[in-house]
Amino acid sequence: MRMKIGLFVPCYIDAFYPGVGIATLELLERLGQDVTYPQEQTCCGQPMTNAGCVSDSAASEALFVRLFAGFDAIVMPSGSCTHHVRAHFDAIEQTDAVRHVRANTYELVEFLHDVLKVRDFPWAEFPHTVGLHNSCSSLRALRTASMSELGEPAFSKPMTLLSGVKGIRFATPARPDECCGFGGTFSVSEEAVSARMGLDKVRDHHQAGAEYIVSADSSCMMHQRGCAERAGVNIRFIHIAEILNGARQ
Amino acid sequence: MKEKPINHAGAAATFIADKPHLDFHDARLWDMRQKRDAQMHVLPEWQELRSRASAIKEHALANLADYLEQFERNAKRNGIHVHWAADGTEHNRIVAEILAARGARTLIKSKSMVTEECDLRPYLAARGVTVTETDLGERIQQLDDQLPSHIVVPSVHKLTEDVARIFARHYGTDPDADDPHQLAEAQRLAARPVILHADAGMTGGNFFVAETGTFVVCTNEGNADLSATVPGVHIATIGIERVVPRMADLGVFIRLLSRSALGSPITQYTSHFRGPQDGGEMHVILVDNGRSARLGMDDFWTSLKCIRCGACMNTCPVYRRSGGLSYGAVYSGPIGAIIDPTFNERKYSTLPYASTLNGSCTNVCPVKINIHEQLFKWRQVLVEHHQMPFVKREIMHMAGKLMGQPKLYRAAIAGTETALGTLPRFALYNWLNPWGKNRELPEPVKETFHSWYRRNRPAAKPGQTDNAENTP
Repeated sequence: MRMKIGLFVPCYIDAFYPGVGIATLELLERLGQDVTYPQEQTCCGQPMTNAGCVSDSAASEALFVRLFAGFDAIVMPSGSCTHHVRAHFDAIEQTDAVRHVRANTYELVEFLHDVLKVRDFPWAEFPHTVGLHNSCSSLRALRTASMSELGEPAFSKPMTLLSGVKGIRFATPARPDECCGFGGTFSVSEEAVSARMGLDKVRDHHQAGAEYIVSADSSCMMHQRGCAERAGVNIRFIHIAEILNGARQ
Repeated sequence: MKEKPINHAGAAATFIADKPHLDFHDARLWDMRQKRDAQMHVLPEWQELRSRASAIKEHALANLADYLEQFERNAKRNGIHVHWAADGTEHNRIVAEILAARGARTLIKSKSMVTEECDLRPYLAARGVTVTETDLGERIQQLDDQLPSHIVVPSVHKLTEDVARIFARHYGTDPDADDPHQLAEAQRLAARPVILHADAGMTGGNFFVAETGTFVVCTNEGNADLSATVPGVHIATIGIERVVPRMADLGVFIRLLSRSALGSPITQYTSHFRGPQDGGEMHVILVDNGRSARLGMDDFWTSLKCIRCGACMNTCPVYRRSGGLSYGAVYSGPIGAIIDPTFNERKYSTLPYASTLNGSCTNVCPVKINIHEQLFKWRQVLVEHHQMPFVKREIMHMAGKLMGQPKLYRAAIAGTETALGTLPRFALYNWLNPWGKNRELPEPVKETFHSWYRRNRPAAKPGQTDNAENTP
């Protein structure tokens, strides 16, 4: 199934982790998709809306809809941006174009798992022990994995995808579902709590034996990496798109 | 009235700086969360119980006036005096009048969040009534002149050595003897004589039942039963939202309450109060104190379903690392952050931001309150009501404008790259930059994804070229 895909690269990935955007693009192309990156894109509007300033998201949302309404699917390597588009795109009038965009926006893992239904990544090999970090948006809003609070049958879309990678091993942290404390502007307005949560998170993975923390969300990892580096916790970070695209480290 | 907003972030930073307290607090509450999970796993019908509990509460709240009046009729028939308190002041006045009519000078009471809400103790103290808390944790907080930091375990932010020092000051015990059993015994020895000679007793109430005119108090220490029965005069203060229609409904809540709160199947004592003892008196004070107004709030009325189990606090990663006192309110944690602004929007305007919106609170809530969605919604309400600090509001406004203009946005991104790459370390990591206090900044990159794409995908299709026109 070849789809016309609009690639959205979140602002922090564009600016700080271009490799994640490249891996996402290459992976989708490798899977035979027709991918376009509309170059005028900026931000989904999430920072303003999550702060309560909904009307300030209107310009971002309007631009987003103008750029992406013509695609079959909009894919982005970010759970929280996806959640924003899907659940909170409320600053603008709900036209057909807006509804189309909201209904056809996917986070990369769920797009691979649910839409393209990819299970094998024969080009990928990652002979390392990784700890999987699910962002709270991916976990509890997009529901890409089972949630420990609900006692539901265990499933994990990112884990299913990663299991298709040769040589990969998993470490299980003691508190796998605990928020890492990034939280957007929370990371600055509640600096002490945020940094402490991040430190606890990276230590938990490190103690479980993880060489890498892998996640579908670079924002969580930007924060965690900062905490780990400052405290001298020896752990590395990689986006799931990079592993699935065959990154060798 | 202009009141300064609670500085949650600052208080949390102070709490975090004290490693022994932080570590104990986080571990103790996480242990309660895990015990709660274990209890959930032994009940296959757990999610059904939550749905049922939520539905009963929503039904009761939707028909609140009828059930309250039904309770009043039946309670009176049982010989219970029923009083109505519109707010905290009226509540306190009713209590004082009951006590004054009987010449009561000493009151023993078990834990009740509503009496904290009404600020009862200072009111009675000013009228010459000595109030003694009989719940261990609540008594510790009373002696230390602090609010409860948790609605179920009020002094969970304290270590045993803190308690030893407080008891030494008030009870004359050894300040260095911090064995929990010894401390509990010290409290027992101090409390029992007070209980035996008290003029009146007071409890809260976890649930009251409309069809029977009775109420239920769930505790683990037995102190509520002593407070209720020893003095002969029993006053129970209960929020109006705690009504359930039928006795049969209670089973749903009793099964959920202690499992959610402490991870135990049931509280040690689940006492049903059906009427006064022979020769005694029983009073129920039904307290509104803002609840009717909350019931009228479209986005927030379901917070009234709360059964005060504290599960949202135990699971909250922010609460566990900031301590209940950092919320500066009677109700702390996630549930506090959505209730407190209804009492005072300005004072508690910071609390809905003391959250990462991770949603764990919503998942553990036994009555399915969408806590994190209400936190999200409160932020909008606070912004609409001009409760966001001016600078932050302006930043959001400017960011919003920038994000709508691709050309300006691109220029700004280029600036950030340059700044990260060229500014000296002291400029990046100073006190103006909270990110850098305990974290490194991301490393600068040679090229954004945007630039890479333009270089590597030059065969851009029509409509894909960078015709960056600004959107209005």
